[in-house]
Amino acid sequence: MQATSEREEGVGKAKAKQKVALSSPSEGASGLTGMWRIKKPLMDQGKCNKCLICWLYCPEAAITRDKENRVSINYEFCKGCGICGEVCPSKAIVIVKEV
Amino acid sequence: MRSARAEIVAAYPITPQTQIIEKLAEFIAKGEMRARYIRVESEHSAMAACISAEACGARSFTATSSHGLLYMSELIFWAGMGRFPVTMAVVNRALAPPWSIWNEHTDILTQRDAGWVIMMCENAQEAYDTAVQAFKIAEDERVTQPVMYGLDAFTLSHTAENVDPLDQRDVDGFLPPLDPSKLAVYMDTDHPITFGNLLGPDMMMEFRHKVMEGMSAATGVIEEVARDYANVSGRPQTGLLEDYRCNDAEVAVVSIGASSGDAKDAVDQLRDEGVRAGMVKLRVIRPFPAERLREKLGTIKAVAVVDRDYSYGFGGILAGDTMATLKRGVARYIAGLGGRDISVADFRGMMMDSLKASEEGNEPPEVWWNLKEVP
Amino acid sequence: MVLTIKDLSPEEYFLPGNAACSGCSAVMSLRVALKVLGPRTIVTIPACCSSVIQGYYPKSPARVPFINTAFAATAASASGIRAALEIKGKEGINVLGWAGDGGTADIGIQALSGAAERNEDFIYVCYDNEAYMNTGTQGSGATPRGAVTTTTVTGKKERKKNIPEIMIAHDIPYVATACAAYPLDFAEKLKKAMDLKGLRYIHLISPCPPGWRFPAEKTVEVGKMAVATGAWILYEWQEGRYALTGLSRGMLKKANRKPIMEYLKLQGRFGKLTAADVNDLQADLDAAWDKMSRKVGEVPPSPDK
Repeated sequence: MQATSEREEGVGKAKAKQKVALSSPSEGASGLTGMWRIKKPLMDQGKCNKCLICWLYCPEAAITRDKENRVSINYEFCKGCGICGEVCPSKAIVIVKEV
Repeated sequence: MRSARAEIVAAYPITPQTQIIEKLAEFIAKGEMRARYIRVESEHSAMAACISAEACGARSFTATSSHGLLYMSELIFWAGMGRFPVTMAVVNRALAPPWSIWNEHTDILTQRDAGWVIMMCENAQEAYDTAVQAFKIAEDERVTQPVMYGLDAFTLSHTAENVDPLDQRDVDGFLPPLDPSKLAVYMDTDHPITFGNLLGPDMMMEFRHKVMEGMSAATGVIEEVARDYANVSGRPQTGLLEDYRCNDAEVAVVSIGASSGDAKDAVDQLRDEGVRAGMVKLRVIRPFPAERLREKLGTIKAVAVVDRDYSYGFGGILAGDTMATLKRGVARYIAGLGGRDISVADFRGMMMDSLKASEEGNEPPEVWWNLKEVP
Repeated sequence: MVLTIKDLSPEEYFLPGNAACSGCSAVMSLRVALKVLGPRTIVTIPACCSSVIQGYYPKSPARVPFINTAFAATAASASGIRAALEIKGKEGINVLGWAGDGGTADIGIQALSGAAERNEDFIYVCYDNEAYMNTGTQGSGATPRGAVTTTTVTGKKERKKNIPEIMIAHDIPYVATACAAYPLDFAEKLKKAMDLKGLRYIHLISPCPPGWRFPAEKTVEVGKMAVATGAWILYEWQEGRYALTGLSRGMLKKANRKPIMEYLKLQGRFGKLTAADVNDLQADLDAAWDKMSRKVGEVPPSPDK
């Protein structure tokens, strides 16, 4: 369930000062969840009006936004739920099959 | 607790612990103790509150007995495995059914696997001294495990004895405030961590091993703390166990708690009659003082373990631990369940009985002492 | 105050790559909650979906301190946290108990009730996916009438336990309901709660794709339909006064509520209902709204000076 390098990191931590198992803030606490996808969202930036509704509703925080409120999808972790496609008022997000 | 400057007291009433928590509530309400009393609605919540409070840097304490202890058990294991250095007084009382409010040790012994240092007090002075030492042991960074200590119901909890408390300045010198950097788990918004999420089979053994190491270290720390406390208080302190006239003994009784006073009287009487009797009082049940016990009992022919407790389907719990430690059979006596008195005469009888068995070269059977006919 | 999306912090305090199911509204809501509460927050979580969602050591998605606790103990744990912060003189830190419906309505109710009676100072959010989802969808006290779970195999016969009303009966400073599909309404309630002291309780309905049996992308639609049909009422209660919020405000008239079937038909867990059952559920719902309309109309007696 954990990649070898993560296990080594874990071993390293155990050998260090930790008296109990304390977990640190990190992306990927359950691995690269992008691998779960069977569908994926594709964004058409041309149609996006930067309303941020997709960003608000993405359960994963896998939609990132920049200072100008442009959004993009973090495919490393996007689980392909498709909620963004459902809530986008501009139909700027299309859900396609993951290949 | 007032001397030790406990900061959080989260407790739920149960006979015969109520005196303890009422007194603490009073101290806090009067401003004699700078602490927060959380009037929790169950023992399970009491320990949950203590654990989380400790995790936020506050020295936490609770007290309970028998059923309260068992209701709390899930969180007792949480505290042990999570290495939260809370302390707890347990007034030892028989488990129901039927209801009994009288003294028995089974309650505290059910928690012996939970990763807590478990100590037993003989009298009120020892209870006070142990309460102060408990935090020092728990918070020692070599240990970082919770500590509980037993007080025998009514014989200890409800009799009035003189207690000589330490001067607050002496306690403060002995027991400084809790240092969060020594905690295993510390909730700090500047350094956020998650405690308690999933840990796979790949690393669990390693972290449980650390708990084991903390418990092992407690053996030495308990003795160190006892010595330091003896210096501060001017009173000799029992470390892991007390050996009474065991040096040249041919028979020794092993006991815990308040009965130890009567056991000593029995030893003295037998000695006056020419029997080389001795007593070992275990002050610490966990970590089990195996090495010390082997030192004291190794050469003694007849060892009589008196269990005011029982593990149904196995036998007396202390006898089991003693036999495993000495790697030999001992004379096993079950006495005092449900608060029945174990008198000086009883201790004499058990010691003489075990001496006889060892002279006959027999593996003595377990004896339920002075069992009556049931109507 | 009315919050807009742009009022929410762009910082993420619950990071991606966690173990939540695809389309999970609990993690959706936790993410929003932490944006509102901010980094000076300590969270305690019992056994529930959210404990597993935190993934595996040595990683955690949480960027604020999380202390996991035993199933029944959320409110006791939160009480301990606040007591410690107070005795240590640490101010300005939010304490959040974040628990599922099982850990709130069933096994956790004792500790919650005790904390409410003592008016302990923390925010408690129950994210209610209406069953023991973490262990595979067994029925809980919060499972609604008619829903199929693994232990209510022909559809639950009993009604859902009304936890918000139970909390109101404890007379705590703030009680509110919320819905994961309306994160801004939830955020406003959290913001309001943050400015109060004592026990503040928010009950958030949290649609669950695998448990309620609908496709993951429909999570928000299902949540919105819960409110649009009136199956879930958005309201607040403070000092004896009820106030509807969000879309629920316009729904006192039955004609303004969509028929309950619009909500039920979206979810496989209501697949065992007969037409008669649906009528019963509609009647239950209408009765709940009648009660609510009387409550929102009530003016509480003025306190003795």
